[in-house]
Amino acid sequence: MSDAAATPAAATPAETVKVETPFRRFCRDYADSRVATAALAVLAAIILLALFAPWISPTDPYDLASVSILDGKLKPGSQSMDGMTYWLGTDGAGRDLVSAIIYGLRISLGVGVMSGVFALCIGTAVGLAAAYFGGRVDAFIMRVVDIQLSFPAILIALILLAILGKGVDKITIALVIAQWAYYARTVRGSALVERNKEYIEAAQCLALGHNRIVFRHLFPNCLPPLIVVGTIQTAHAISLEATLSFLGVGLPISEPSLGLLISNGFDFMLSGLYWISFFPGVALLVTIVAINLVGDQLRDVLNPRLQK
Amino acid sequence: MTVFIIRRIMQSLAVVLVMSFIVFGGVNIVGDPVEMMVSDEATQEEREKVIRSMGLDQPWYVQYGRFVAGALEGNLGKSFVYGEPALEIIIHRIPATLELALAALLLAVVIGIPLGVYAGLKPDTVASKSIMAGSILGFSLPTFWVGLMFIMVFAVMLGWLPSTGRGDTVPLMGVDVSFLTLDGLAHLFLPALNLALFKISLVIRLARAGTREVVHQDYIKFARAKGLRNSRIVLVHLMKNIMIPVVTVLGLEFGGLIAFSVVTETVFAWPGMGKLIIDSIQSLDRPVIVAYLMIIVLIFVIINLVVDVLYSILDPRVRLSEIKS
Amino acid sequence: MNDGAPTLQVDNLETHFFTKDGVAKAVDGVSFSVGRGEIMGLVGESGSGKSVTGFSILGLVDPPGRVVGGRVLFQGTDLLTLDAEGLRQLRGNRIAMIFQDPMMTLNPVLRVDTQMIETVRAHDASVSEDAARARARDALGQVGIPSPDERLRAYPHQFSGGMRQRVAIAIALLNKPDLIIADEPTTALDVTIQGQILYEAQKLCRETGTALIWITHDLAVIAGLADRISVMYAGRIVEQGDLGDVLDRPAHPYTRGLLGSVPGHNTRGKRLYQIPGMTPSLLNLPRGCAFKARCPHGDEACDVAPDITTPLPGRALRCAHPQLDAGGRAP
Repeated sequence: MSDAAATPAAATPAETVKVETPFRRFCRDYADSRVATAALAVLAAIILLALFAPWISPTDPYDLASVSILDGKLKPGSQSMDGMTYWLGTDGAGRDLVSAIIYGLRISLGVGVMSGVFALCIGTAVGLAAAYFGGRVDAFIMRVVDIQLSFPAILIALILLAILGKGVDKITIALVIAQWAYYARTVRGSALVERNKEYIEAAQCLALGHNRIVFRHLFPNCLPPLIVVGTIQTAHAISLEATLSFLGVGLPISEPSLGLLISNGFDFMLSGLYWISFFPGVALLVTIVAINLVGDQLRDVLNPRLQK
Repeated sequence: MTVFIIRRIMQSLAVVLVMSFIVFGGVNIVGDPVEMMVSDEATQEEREKVIRSMGLDQPWYVQYGRFVAGALEGNLGKSFVYGEPALEIIIHRIPATLELALAALLLAVVIGIPLGVYAGLKPDTVASKSIMAGSILGFSLPTFWVGLMFIMVFAVMLGWLPSTGRGDTVPLMGVDVSFLTLDGLAHLFLPALNLALFKISLVIRLARAGTREVVHQDYIKFARAKGLRNSRIVLVHLMKNIMIPVVTVLGLEFGGLIAFSVVTETVFAWPGMGKLIIDSIQSLDRPVIVAYLMIIVLIFVIINLVVDVLYSILDPRVRLSEIKS
Repeated sequence: MNDGAPTLQVDNLETHFFTKDGVAKAVDGVSFSVGRGEIMGLVGESGSGKSVTGFSILGLVDPPGRVVGGRVLFQGTDLLTLDAEGLRQLRGNRIAMIFQDPMMTLNPVLRVDTQMIETVRAHDASVSEDAARARARDALGQVGIPSPDERLRAYPHQFSGGMRQRVAIAIALLNKPDLIIADEPTTALDVTIQGQILYEAQKLCRETGTALIWITHDLAVIAGLADRISVMYAGRIVEQGDLGDVLDRPAHPYTRGLLGSVPGHNTRGKRLYQIPGMTPSLLNLPRGCAFKARCPHGDEACDVAPDITTPLPGRALRCAHPQLDAGGRAP
């Protein structure tokens, strides 16, 4: 009974009786941070932009008929031949940057989220298996996970892409393989905490099938940290894909993600045509920062709950 | 202590072996190396001659065996592009990459730790909050884009620093280093800062979290009760306790620095290993790819080993428990 | 030097905690004094404010807590008016503190000699490292730690709990302080060690004239040790006086309750007495006497906070219904 801590041990005051679902309370706690709420709004806007790209975008930048090289390298705010304003300028081939960015967001977000989802499924399955079966299975799996985690994701992705080559499917595979280990480790950690509790033993005594125990009991408890890791990992995946595309080993030219747009603008930059790299970069930046802020707040909100 | 070290070394060797298998298998078996070597009009006979001369007609385990044997002798094949031994080409480029990575590490420690400790000691000041906001930016910003912006602002617009390339070098113990010349430093600064940005943010958050945790511990209060000066409490009692997680993460992340140098080297045209691997992947220069991957794996394994040992030195409790077990 | 004047005089000390649920008055008008070589026992349940009192004296209260009123006169100087550097010079030097949990009091990554030598040199930079080490060795010997030279080079986790606490005590003694504040120093140790340390503490005070404030929840410990006793409840001292007098003739119903709940040989076989109810939350203290709800003698008179009275010579009391029959135990 240490009173050495500054606050005295006090009995809590009587609590007002109010029924609030856990979900409501979660929303309320989340909204405590204005920054995080703003980030969530921004993220929602970005996702909508990406989903409805063909309808929102002013032009289709990949429709070769509508793109004219005479419109190329125009500064932001310039007018096109037929009176349309290029708010963010055009790139070297005459594509409207606003449209290119919107489509680019779509691809970047799509690849990032899809690879994240696959990695999550695989990682969760492996992590749950390791935690549930324990013993040698666990030791072996964790060894593999540890070794993989000791190599940076970009390296793993590079290795895989060197072997597999270019293409949307290949980069997705590379991203999945680079990421699953994070999920596996997180899930195993929280599953282990649950697994050692007595009700799991009781369920086993009742001879409930493995599947049922794992999915009905272990898995729900892994959700909070999983959500947090998932959010932050998605940001990493998007950043990684952009980096790889920029380096020229990622998505092929037919799928121009933001990374490729930035890479295209690289050469122009040294002559002062900054906007071609700058604005796609800002779009990428805003997306990643928004996801990270949301993930940070999720972590703060979900964690203390775990300790209850 | 020695038992611990030996055990770790054995583990590391095992990892290297497994990785060599994966890398070799992946690169040489999944692809078709012969395509590179011969032109499209080559006759079947010429193809077969090439296949035999490269030993590609042998079963895979023989090929792998020869590969390993060669590797142990230091022969990892000849570059398709440069015609020289792949290993030599890479080793020639290692100093540049190491210089960049070490400079970045130094910046991360020198900038990150003071900022992080400050943010931890006085979390409610404006300065603290800006530091934390900056750190979120720091690790969200994609490295390559920041590099581009650096070049644009500092080289193109302001003209303060050179935009690409490595500066003048002088030999130091047989290795060419550029940080000993002023021109070298000017060229080194932007890429190193670019590479370090992510790590700086990481260190700031670690140092801050560590500080906030340690500051509430009883032993800090006891140190104050003993009448020690604040400077001593922060610099000795606090620092030594937060150094442990910081060093561990930094050590593990040093490998990340080397890996990420791939990006920075490409942006700043820094002549290191990273740029080489990107060029090689694009030109499908397999021996160089294999050699690079093997060396990187080796570097990582060594780094992890060193970090483990360092950790046990810094935290005497770890040493003791190893001895007991 | 002030012979005759008490080493420490606390007048009406108030320390409040400003939390988002309200203000908790952890220390609400506490007064006592300790003379040279005297041992004052500060007794109370957890949450009574006794530890916070100790921290307040040395200025070690962490936010959201703050000392808001009163005077703490140490050898004539009011500690509450000193600046940070002034306080720093006294801490570990003229006033030393021993904490409750020996596990966490010593920094786990620094060697014991480092932590002892720095205490010496923080207050007298002219002492050489070897001289400081010699003093550390002597202090370890004084608290009964065998082979002090080896022990100095060890790390805290290599010591047992009792040894660690002895090291903490040794550190407190290094600069020969005039006042030691001990916050439940033996609570985390087992009974035999406890007995030894109590004995040595008493001997020390008698020999060197060091004043000692011993904070504890355990009456049994105090009974064998202190000269005077202050009983705290909900942030206030409710009874204060010479140890023997108070134990023989406790006047406050709470003190009676405490004494009654100590297992003694004449209660064997009978159900152990417990004061009914619970300590009130400091955020939600009733007006008037804080003990009223649990007191068998409480009535309307107790709705006004009782002032300090002197129902018996040498006794201070906060109670509207002092229990003055001799030999009283349970109310």
